[in-house]
Amino acid sequence: MRIERDIIYIILAFIVLMVVVPWTAGQLSDQIFFNWPFFFEVAIGGLLSGVMYSLIALGFVLIFKASGVFNFSQGAIVLFAALTLVGLHGLGLPMWLAIVATMGVMFLLAVSIERLVLSKLVNQEPIILFMATIGIAYFLDGFGQTLWGSEVKVLSLGISEAPGFYFDGQILINDFDLFAAGIAAVMVVGLSIFFQYTRIGRALRAVADDHQAALSVGIPLKHIWIIVWTVAGLVGLVAGMMWGSKMGVQFALSLIALKALPVLILGGFTSVPGAIIGGLIIGAGEKLAEVFLAPMIGGGIEEWFAYMLALLFLVFRPQGLFGEKIIERV
Amino acid sequence: MSNQDTPLLQINNIEVIYDHVILVLKGVSLNVPKGSIIALLGANGAGKSTTLKSISGLLGAERGVVTKGNILYKDQQVESQSPADLVDHGVIQVMEGRHCFEHLTIEENLLTGAYTLSGGRKAVAKNLEMVYQYFPRLAERRKSQAGYTSGGEQQMCAVGRALMSNPEMILLDEPSMGLAPQLVEDIFEIIKQLNEQEGVTFLLAEQNTNIALRYSDFGYIMENGRIVMEGLASELAENEDVKEFYLGISKEGKKNFRNVKNYRRRKRWLT
Amino acid sequence: MIYREAGVYKTTYRADHAIFTIPQDRWSMIGIFAIAFLLIPAVGSEYWLGAIMLPFLILALAALGLNILTGYCGQLSLGTGGFMATGAFSAYKLATSFPDMHIVLVIFGAGLIAAAVGILFGIPSLRIKGFYLAVATLASQFFLIWMFDKFGWFTNYSASGVISAPPMTIFGDVFITGPEASLVAKYMFTLSVVVLLALVAKNLVRSNIGREWRAVRDMDIAAEIIGIPMLRTKLKAFAVSSFFCGVAGALWAFLYTGSVEPLAFDVNRSFQVLFMIIIGGLGSIMGAFLGAAFIILLPILLNNLPTMLGLNIRTDMISHMEYMIFGALIVFFLIVEPHGLARLWSLLKEKLRLWPFPH
Ligand SMILES: Nc1ncnc2c1ncn2[C@@H]1O[C@H](COP(=O)(O)OP(=O)(O)OP(=O)(O)O)[C@@H](O)[C@H]1O
Ligand SMILES: [Mg+2]
Repeated sequence: MRIERDIIYIILAFIVLMVVVPWTAGQLSDQIFFNWPFFFEVAIGGLLSGVMYSLIALGFVLIFKASGVFNFSQGAIVLFAALTLVGLHGLGLPMWLAIVATMGVMFLLAVSIERLVLSKLVNQEPIILFMATIGIAYFLDGFGQTLWGSEVKVLSLGISEAPGFYFDGQILINDFDLFAAGIAAVMVVGLSIFFQYTRIGRALRAVADDHQAALSVGIPLKHIWIIVWTVAGLVGLVAGMMWGSKMGVQFALSLIALKALPVLILGGFTSVPGAIIGGLIIGAGEKLAEVFLAPMIGGGIEEWFAYMLALLFLVFRPQGLFGEKIIERV
Repeated sequence: MSNQDTPLLQINNIEVIYDHVILVLKGVSLNVPKGSIIALLGANGAGKSTTLKSISGLLGAERGVVTKGNILYKDQQVESQSPADLVDHGVIQVMEGRHCFEHLTIEENLLTGAYTLSGGRKAVAKNLEMVYQYFPRLAERRKSQAGYTSGGEQQMCAVGRALMSNPEMILLDEPSMGLAPQLVEDIFEIIKQLNEQEGVTFLLAEQNTNIALRYSDFGYIMENGRIVMEGLASELAENEDVKEFYLGISKEGKKNFRNVKNYRRRKRWLT
Repeated sequence: MIYREAGVYKTTYRADHAIFTIPQDRWSMIGIFAIAFLLIPAVGSEYWLGAIMLPFLILALAALGLNILTGYCGQLSLGTGGFMATGAFSAYKLATSFPDMHIVLVIFGAGLIAAAVGILFGIPSLRIKGFYLAVATLASQFFLIWMFDKFGWFTNYSASGVISAPPMTIFGDVFITGPEASLVAKYMFTLSVVVLLALVAKNLVRSNIGREWRAVRDMDIAAEIIGIPMLRTKLKAFAVSSFFCGVAGALWAFLYTGSVEPLAFDVNRSFQVLFMIIIGGLGSIMGAFLGAAFIILLPILLNNLPTMLGLNIRTDMISHMEYMIFGALIVFFLIVEPHGLARLWSLLKEKLRLWPFPH
């Protein structure tokens, strides 16, 4: 991955803003409390919660990179995977077996989506495929809840949720969040290598560029799509396990996808590392704004702040920080 | 050209309909013998690309279907097979307008061409070597993103990519599109070499009638979804009607109305 | 051979420029108007007028607006709900600040304010394209809704949070909003506004500016090179589109629900309208209406299906299954005809033109 100089400037400028704005706010307003340990605690908490968004954004990136499909159903896939896992576990399967079985279900899901939807829409315009994934999202939301019910379910992975104290007990960090960050890092490294250096990875990128040309060189779209949707399903399962054990397995999981979208446009639709860096920026920015800015302008800003932040970035880099340049020629 | 045994590819009276209503091919038949270069000529919209796509199986992605007739490749019916199957059998199409994977580098583009290749890394490396030999220009640009290379380089990349799969037959759609005359000549020269040295059979659709007839063995001329004329390339190039209407040369130098009439009559008779 | 252009002789430029040049088209349009203006108000039940026709017409108007932006100008937007909300709240502020203002002015004024907001949020479209833009428009969606919710000024500091549209009249004494208004009056007013704006849209998209929009949609750099001013063309599309959505929002709040609340215009509304234009057909005026009819009628049908079939299913189950079936049908329609119902309609015309021959 080549990192261009302006990306570094943009990120540096952003980090400076993230420090200066809260500090100024703390000086100007009595309502806002500011000291350095507290600032770092908020910032680190934000970075880690951003990683959780990245987990969902990763699934989007995979499918977009590999097929050019803007997959709106990733949130629904996360919910469906989590529901299935908890449901199977509830039926008496031990956890590890339930996880394996859910992986199988995600594979079947990928096969059915390919058979019933994607193969029928080869070579259609991106917006049509986008709408089809919204249809899939509706279907999965309904199907999962019809199957497993809609009450909130508990999912426990056996990782302590207790906060740990670091740096002489000055800063409080959730151990679970650290664990999630570790998982995300492993996934990113693995997926990046897969895309960049393997035969299948290359074929996936080729399909994203031009369906028809990919067909013409003999890449079987069918297999490719089954592979990426399965991988996206597995990433969704990991995200579902993380989010599910954090906030319970419930319909709201499906809506977290809306939280992942700004991460996605900030990092770039086609970049696996971008999904992580985008998540970090959005997570930290959002938390800092919530704590140090929101009291001044009325609260509840988490609904849109991430979007505005991402929009700001886009004005400087229309393809996101690490997205592939949109090649335009006449 | 040998006509004794059955040809490599045989198209029998096919009809193609797009979108359930648009009838584009109205009974096209042609033969491609092994080891030959066959030219498919005709005006814009005559149905050349459609013919090629119906062979390679790419029609399905455009909502087109072969509704009548059949296509035999090595005596096997292929009109309902997927493009991947056909590449496996050794037939590959280079589409009109190049269609490189623009975000991949030239080398990655070539490597995708080897997707169906069996025989591991060695076979891939060998083919890559061969492609770079035919197209030294590509070797120079191997690390550049294909989207930012010139039109000619992209065309070479598309042909090279097709070569990576060890094809027996390449369906080449308008290789000369948008290229400088000298580059067109070069590309055709390479086609000739590939034909002679690697034994690749070519079916090529072209607008540039002149050069296509010069390099091919046999030609078909299409109009309005039908084949209106066929013959040895050398004979077609000498044919008065072809000269007049496709090569823009006429005996008297000016428009010859008697020939126009004669051609019209011929066309009507054929349709 | 029932439906054809052949045999229609046009002797003036006016005739050639008419919206419906083919007599069959003209007659069927007149027929539809007759049904809409005369038959439906006469025989339509309370339920049909109030719960189906009103939301259908209003959302068709919003779909028309989005179709101008997305279908004609190629700018994918998920901010429709935000622009509708802008229309609704502007209408409320106008109607309460200037109690003597005529309802028509209130509604069109609301449209103009929405257009201004649309222009503001359209500015990034110069640099941001495709799905990046779509996600960016969600920013306007969430921000606008948050703003209306958060600042009391927009709701005149109403304590309950529920604000109802003030009663307003037309022709002196015919109430069309508020509790005293009759459904027929509401329906006729909405229908007139929608028909008027649909005709405006139809003429707009086949005028110079419509051609510029389509040029930008099909290939924006090529359009720029032949001298189409990119920013102005895109902003015009944002303005016109938001105007339509704003009027639709105002009608929705004042005539349909009677109360102004941000929740009615959340992101789901944006998706609903987007569904309408996709199912109906991108880049087609008629498509907006067909799509709206489909999306309005489908849930009603699904909701009543279990009772019609005599099945006894728990209500939460029904709502989940509705989701499932709705999703499946959307996918099904996209597969059958990715270009929407309008395309199906034109294929049918194509067939009729050739009938009884297959090709
Ligand atoms: N996907 C499609 N759907 C509908 N009609 C199509 C489609 N593709 C081609 N056609 C029609 O089929 C006819 C033949 O097209 P084709 O592309 O085969 O022509 P061609 O001989 O290759 O022309 P050119 O020299 O311009 O490439 C044209 O009239 C075209 O309009
Ligand atoms: Mg062609």
